Amino acid sequence: MSTAANPRQYVISIIFIGTAAIILARLFFLQNFEAQYKIMANDIAIYKKIVYPPRGAVLDRKGKTMLSNTLIYDLMVTPRNVPKNIDTVQLCDALGIDKKKYISIMRRVHERNIDVRQSPFMEQMSEVQTARFQEISYLYPGFELIERNIRAYERPYAGIILGYIGEVSQQMLKRPRYSSYRQGDYAGLSGLEWQYEEVLRGQRGIHYLERDKFNRPSGPYKGGSLDSQEISGRQLELYMDADLQEYAEKLMANKIGSVVAIDPQTGGILAMVSSPTYDPNLLRGHDRAKNFSTLYNLPTRPLFNRATQAMYPPGSTIKPFTGLVALNVGAITPSFGYGCRGSYGACRRAIGCEHKDAGHAANFRLALSHSCNSYFCHVFRMTIDYREFKSVKEGLQVWHDYYNSFAYGRLTGVDIPYEKGGYVPDSAKYNQMYAFNWNSCTMIFVGMGQGELLLTPLQMANGMCIIANKGWYYTPHFVRSIGRNPDDSLLKQYHEKHVVLNIPDSTFNIVQEAMQDVVEHGTAAASKIEGIAICAKTGTAENKAIVNGEVIKMQNHSMFVAFAPRENPKIAIAVAIENAGFGSTWAAPIASLLMEKYLNDSVSVKRKAVEEKMMNANLINKYVYTIDSALRAHDAMVYQMKMERKYFADSVQHAEDSTKYRRWIETKILKLRGKGIK
Amino acid sequence: MTSLRKALFYRIDGLVLLLYVLLVAIGITAVFSVEHRSTDPSLIMMHKSYMKQVVWFGYSLIFGFVILLTDSKFFSSFAFLIYTAALAVLLLTIFVGVDVKGSRSWLGVGSFRFQPGEVAKIFTAMAIAKFLSAPETNFKTMRDKVIAAGIALVPAALILLQKETGLALVYFSFFIVMYREGLPNAFLIIAFSLVALVLGTLLIERRTLFIILTVLTMLISWLMRWSLRRYMAPRIIIVSSFIFCILFSQVAVPFVFKNVLQKHQVDRIYSTLGRDVPDEYSKVQGGTDKEKINASEYNVLQSKIAIGSGGFWGKGFLNGTSTKNQFVPEQNTDFIFCAIGEQFGFVGSAVLVLLYLTLMLRIVYIAERQRSIFTRVYSYCVASILFFHFAVNISMTIGLMPVIGITLPFLSYGGSSLMSFSILIFILVRLDADRQALIR
Repeated sequence: MSTAANPRQYVISIIFIGTAAIILARLFFLQNFEAQYKIMANDIAIYKKIVYPPRGAVLDRKGKTMLSNTLIYDLMVTPRNVPKNIDTVQLCDALGIDKKKYISIMRRVHERNIDVRQSPFMEQMSEVQTARFQEISYLYPGFELIERNIRAYERPYAGIILGYIGEVSQQMLKRPRYSSYRQGDYAGLSGLEWQYEEVLRGQRGIHYLERDKFNRPSGPYKGGSLDSQEISGRQLELYMDADLQEYAEKLMANKIGSVVAIDPQTGGILAMVSSPTYDPNLLRGHDRAKNFSTLYNLPTRPLFNRATQAMYPPGSTIKPFTGLVALNVGAITPSFGYGCRGSYGACRRAIGCEHKDAGHAANFRLALSHSCNSYFCHVFRMTIDYREFKSVKEGLQVWHDYYNSFAYGRLTGVDIPYEKGGYVPDSAKYNQMYAFNWNSCTMIFVGMGQGELLLTPLQMANGMCIIANKGWYYTPHFVRSIGRNPDDSLLKQYHEKHVVLNIPDSTFNIVQEAMQDVVEHGTAAASKIEGIAICAKTGTAENKAIVNGEVIKMQNHSMFVAFAPRENPKIAIAVAIENAGFGSTWAAPIASLLMEKYLNDSVSVKRKAVEEKMMNANLINKYVYTIDSALRAHDAMVYQMKMERKYFADSVQHAEDSTKYRRWIETKILKLRGKGIK
Repeated sequence: MTSLRKALFYRIDGLVLLLYVLLVAIGITAVFSVEHRSTDPSLIMMHKSYMKQVVWFGYSLIFGFVILLTDSKFFSSFAFLIYTAALAVLLLTIFVGVDVKGSRSWLGVGSFRFQPGEVAKIFTAMAIAKFLSAPETNFKTMRDKVIAAGIALVPAALILLQKETGLALVYFSFFIVMYREGLPNAFLIIAFSLVALVLGTLLIERRTLFIILTVLTMLISWLMRWSLRRYMAPRIIIVSSFIFCILFSQVAVPFVFKNVLQKHQVDRIYSTLGRDVPDEYSKVQGGTDKEKINASEYNVLQSKIAIGSGGFWGKGFLNGTSTKNQFVPEQNTDFIFCAIGEQFGFVGSAVLVLLYLTLMLRIVYIAERQRSIFTRVYSYCVASILFFHFAVNISMTIGLMPVIGITLPFLSYGGSSLMSFSILIFILVRLDADRQALIR
């Protein structure tokens, strides 16, 4: 062999180096300049999992939980892991389904998914199903119970206030409020759940998970460093007293109407009942849609929040305000008296009064405590016809402005949705109704809370706050603090004090005194609570319904408004019971029981009999069902008329079209004939 | 004699052993990174591949130690005997082998399985070394060249019969050794031209290629017009090579593609080149054909995604999303390079490539410092096998070559592969340690 170096070793070395260089060059370009591989790697291997935090709880003023979350179970199945020879009969037995259903579910699972992935077999199982399956679960590999959070209402009360959640609909998704939602997400659909959705839902977390080629998550991506942690929903602390609410709902059982109780010093709503009530637990879980339609179709309309949406003529309960305005504009003085003899005849038709004895309306105080219709009709006329106002229009406008400042005829701004504002008539309304031909006699009923005037129970209760506070109120609201923070920006508007048009305290004192007389020895004397100075006003509101085209006078609404104690008031309350009779018979005892319960924390033994009578009374009239079905029939008829008008319009259009066509053909034929003749 | 020389320990080439241990360690780390889950209770889990690989590494070291204690004369003395035995085993495997994915290249004894084709490389290398170092061999004669080629290609043929194409192709790397030992330079040129011709045949449409070849021939003839006028030999060479190219591209390749190659091989070749299989070579009629192609492209695509997504610095240790989640097929064996590429990026890949290059160049250096022809030829054999495995394996993971199933030396999971490469290296080290001894 030669001693000189063989040149071929260099050739071979160069081949080695060259190949390595080619590989390095290719690697360099592949790893640094071909970005699509990075995107593809992320697409195939990283799975974005959205984690929903638990919704915030709702607590009452004493810290009792009213609404929180509970666990339910979904049964999931991974078809590949299910052995061929499992005992399906036992499984079906435990789940309460038959074999046919089992086969159809399994087939659906097979069709939708590859069989290595977990799919739902049965969602939101009942407790019985869960328990029975857990006992035998060891026999069924491939089946697994997955926990899920759903809402839990601690007591079956206050459903209409708390509201419910459900999947967001397509229409909702189009609105900006729900821009961050995706189909399948849950959101509050009514009540506080709707109003405080942003607070309660918390912040969704995004977890990046790696997944394998079967699309199964295999672990956190980059150790979870990119994940955004979910933030639990904040809790709401309410002013509501859960015990008071429960007591109120019990008292209102089998009555149609509502109760609103407000703490005048804060505007916090202590209780709000819209009767008949429903068990809020019906409106969750997988039976929600079914239960909802059942409730929706009930003639008593439990889903209709009468406390904020029903507009009633306030009846005599408006008299303190009629008086308040009259006193303040100077139309009357507290010593003004009216010689009522059982009716008011200054206008063409006579207005009846309950009292015939002379001197029952000798001054303001007596007139209010006896609830003299004649007196307040006259006072109302005197107010809007007051000599300092140039015309009755201006007088009506002043009166209207006062009522607006009491939050009548406009939305109070309470923090549950779909509130109605009631109605306070103004000159435009009467111009329209009476073709500009009206005077103070035309609207005289408004002075005693009838006629065009309509208020919601919430507004009536808020009115009591104004009198209790002598001229100011906070917007009624439910939420005291959000996550223990009373200064949350969402609550800012409820810390704003509204002062009504400058009415001096002395005027309020006169009205309060008269209202105290109502309970001491007036119309609501039966509802007195020992040791507590209550100011109140009963009301018996006439109302009518249109059935089959005829106006029928219905039984009166039983109304009652009150606040207590007179000094340093703690509760203002309004009770409205539809078609129940005198305000002093039903509404007043209920309100008084509630005030006693709230102020003394219990109801005295003496009044147990009254309590029992109220709880057991069934004041739902049979004709509720008739009228309701009549309303529905009316709706159907209106719809049918609309459709018929549409058909008619269409057929007219068709007829026109065919006429045009016939004319066009005729002209053609004529032309042809003309040619033929030529 | 021995008393004058240094102890064996000091004569061992440390760099080769160091590189060997480094590469095996990288391999175990790579397999670990693919298999490890954050939920695993401990690192030592015997059923996991990386632990099995650790055990195999242990066996390899024991085996290597035994080799180091063996007299270096042993290898040259028994080279032919072992080679013959290896051929017999290879032949036996065709008939009694375990069927793994359509190839019968595995021998199974109980739960223990190994691939004789992997190990036969060692003995073939020794046989070639023995033959070329024999005093009566004159490599300049045609007869001895044919015998040497035969020694290399007989095991290849047997392995081909086991339907393990990748392993069989490795044996062609012995031609690098033969080039070093005296194959003419023309051999290299012809080899490269052949590669160019094959690629051209596959990539360029047949008629276009015919025109290109004709124009090329005419161009060369015009350039060589002076010598063509005077001598006979150039005329014959040019005409015959032209005819060969035409026959090869127009007749032979279509014939082989249609009648010899398996469907998956055709698919692989074309998927590497980034082309759809031409209709005339499609083996299956009907719609399922397309899906099959996509399946073979899928492997390369996933591998490229894994490596490409690594970027310059890589995703970091244990953060390989593609490799960890089993998107890349044959993750632990043929495509282990993806794990490096994805987790350590270009930097890690380049370091690995340079480690291999250093090892191969070192072996060439070792070969050239030998006085013994046997050791020199054997060293070149080792370098060539390493080179072939390294180049083909990495090229196929980054889409430079068709996917043919051969392992990445030292890194790929698998006892047979690790064991055979360890033995190759240890025998090399053992022989090199005796480079000062008498010429055999």
